[in-house]
Amino acid sequence: MPLLEDGRILPDAWVGVDDDAPLPEGPVIVPLARLAEAAGRNAPLGVSIGNDVGVDALAPWLPRLALVQVVLPKSKDGRAFSQIRALREYHGFAGEIRVAGHVIPDHYAMLLRCGASTVVVPEGADPAVWQASRHVVRIAYQHAQSAEQPLALLRRKVA
Amino acid sequence: MPEAPFLRPPQHARTYRYDAVDREFLAERIAEFRGQVQRRLAGALTEDEFKPLRLMNGLYLQLHAYMLRVAIPYGVLNATQLRQLAYIARRWDRGWGHFTTRQNIQFNWTKLVDTPEMLEALAAVDMHAIQTSGNCIRNTTTDEFAGAAPDEVADPRVYAEILRQWSSLHPEFTWLPRKFKIAVRGAEEDRIASRTHDVAVQLKRDAAGEVGFTIHVGGGMGRTPILAQPIFDFVPEAEFLRTMEAILRVYNALGQRENIYRARIKILVRDLGRDGFLELVNAELARMPVEPYRLAPEIVQAISAHFAPPPFAPADGAAAALERATAADAEFADWVRLNTRPHRQPGYASAVISLKPVGGIPGDATAEQMEAVAELAERFGFGELRVSHTQNLVLPHVHQKHLHALWQGLRAAGLGTANFGQGTDIIACPGLDYCALANARSIPISQQISERVDALDRAFALGELQIKISGCINACGHHHVAHIGILGVDKHGAEAYQITLGGAPGNDAAIGELIGPSFSYDDVAGAVETILRTHIAQRLPGERFLDTYRRIGQAPFKEALYAAA
Ligand code: SF4
Repeated sequence: MPLLEDGRILPDAWVGVDDDAPLPEGPVIVPLARLAEAAGRNAPLGVSIGNDVGVDALAPWLPRLALVQVVLPKSKDGRAFSQIRALREYHGFAGEIRVAGHVIPDHYAMLLRCGASTVVVPEGADPAVWQASRHVVRIAYQHAQSAEQPLALLRRKVA
Repeated sequence: MPEAPFLRPPQHARTYRYDAVDREFLAERIAEFRGQVQRRLAGALTEDEFKPLRLMNGLYLQLHAYMLRVAIPYGVLNATQLRQLAYIARRWDRGWGHFTTRQNIQFNWTKLVDTPEMLEALAAVDMHAIQTSGNCIRNTTTDEFAGAAPDEVADPRVYAEILRQWSSLHPEFTWLPRKFKIAVRGAEEDRIASRTHDVAVQLKRDAAGEVGFTIHVGGGMGRTPILAQPIFDFVPEAEFLRTMEAILRVYNALGQRENIYRARIKILVRDLGRDGFLELVNAELARMPVEPYRLAPEIVQAISAHFAPPPFAPADGAAAALERATAADAEFADWVRLNTRPHRQPGYASAVISLKPVGGIPGDATAEQMEAVAELAERFGFGELRVSHTQNLVLPHVHQKHLHALWQGLRAAGLGTANFGQGTDIIACPGLDYCALANARSIPISQQISERVDALDRAFALGELQIKISGCINACGHHHVAHIGILGVDKHGAEAYQITLGGAPGNDAAIGELIGPSFSYDDVAGAVETILRTHIAQRLPGERFLDTYRRIGQAPFKEALYAAA
């Protein structure tokens, strides 16, 4: 599926691996249970976590991880937003945070504010629609993880 | 105090005044929703995807039409805004609006294509429908006598406005398990049903006079009514938003999402236990950085300036003149006794405008009535208005010398009913006449009960009495915390009504107890009358229904209701 970053569809170098499929060469995204097995390889490592996983469970692996993928099983299930924010704020994770599942353009700006990097979008998705949705509201009233310029009171301009 | 480098609101601003930044935010938000409506109409968004988006903009799909719920932030509005609501009611609805227990207003006959225009009309007076619905942080509610009540230790509007801003399009808390309601009060007396909220905040002052917050969490009504539990005794002001963030973080991560009846924070707090929940909140607080979430005193100061008191006039012997006027006119005296409240400023009172005419529809106001009230507010109340959670309007600051003229103006508009806090001041949700979730009608039941209670009240002076009606277990009519609560249920496809007794919303909050089997649509008003006649027969001199019930218990009422059958 296409990968969206910053308004563009990018080539995706990562390969997602299921519970029991053999591990291929190169960068892989594995389930939590296979982290130990995959970590020994000499290739970039990513993990995909369900939205009921507390990100603290990843703490020992974070130095080794280049990517964490979170998932929205349904568009209205917002647990991933807290997972993303916790990865950035509590763990200082600086790698890629990728969002998969039932993501819609209306999530996009908030996902980025929580600290997401990329979104797996549906086949044929128009990046312009996502980009427009991202930029439609430029004022925010609360601290978040993305770049922002303070304005008076609680307000800030979202970059 | 150094001049705040922030906004310069007018001297007595009455409401939080938007500046260019707030207006830009609102305009962007409307543009976003306009785009979403267009994508929905073009089929690019499924109804499933669109639903949470429209809900976040206050748009519900009801039985007969869309309903637009407009936020009246913490129930505070000014005369210009009320006039605009009247205009909207006339232009896009059927000429009236319905004030709700959430201190909002609903327009029940909205067309989807009209909504972006309606939102623009609202934005023209700095109003919106953001987060009046959906699984997000809803309109914060507060005391309708804020800024006027003599017992207030700090102004709850200031902190409610701070919460409004902080919760607007919060990036982390816009897709919560379920809706989230916060109530803020500034007085010891609980006039806002605090403990029925997900979070209840009470402003306090420490020995040094600094503001802090007592916080209760996990209240709610619905299928499982629970009263909120205390978790923090005194959160310092600077830590206010940080503490709110921590509570919401725990809820967003751990609140149930599979079953909507188990998704409110009350169930999480109940399952974890108050201590278990608190431990998790403290764990978040221990990890959160302090500085980015600090509520700076300059911000509080700048926002407080928006709620500066109006330029009060001297008392000028008004109290004595009022006494003479009430002595000369018994009807006026009734209205003053029941519908006005003391004010901290000598010579002033807060006046409650009842939206509960006997036999009328609770909370409804026509466009003409809204305009009449707006004008009276301008003439006699600095243009300032409140909506109460009991579905009435309030002019918070009226000079006592104007009360008589105000009352006459209200009577001319059909708004002079003297019944605030009395048996005919019934809270009722829209019920099956409008609501897609309803089991039974609330409005006609309320009208019937109102007529009967009025007759009893005239004969026997019932005193303070709270009757509340919900058309289904979602409990929008607060029936759980009513002295007499009525819940519409479905009994083999017919409307039926369960009655609970002994609930209360305030400092002595309690959940009402079910009295017995339900009553049919035709019998429920009669059952309420039977309950009240039992009260009248059993009461001590001057005793309210609630106190009689607490003293003598269920049995006499049960017997009166069911023994004959
Ligand atoms: S209590 Fe039920 S019927 Fe009444 S408004 Fe709420 S959801 Fe609708």
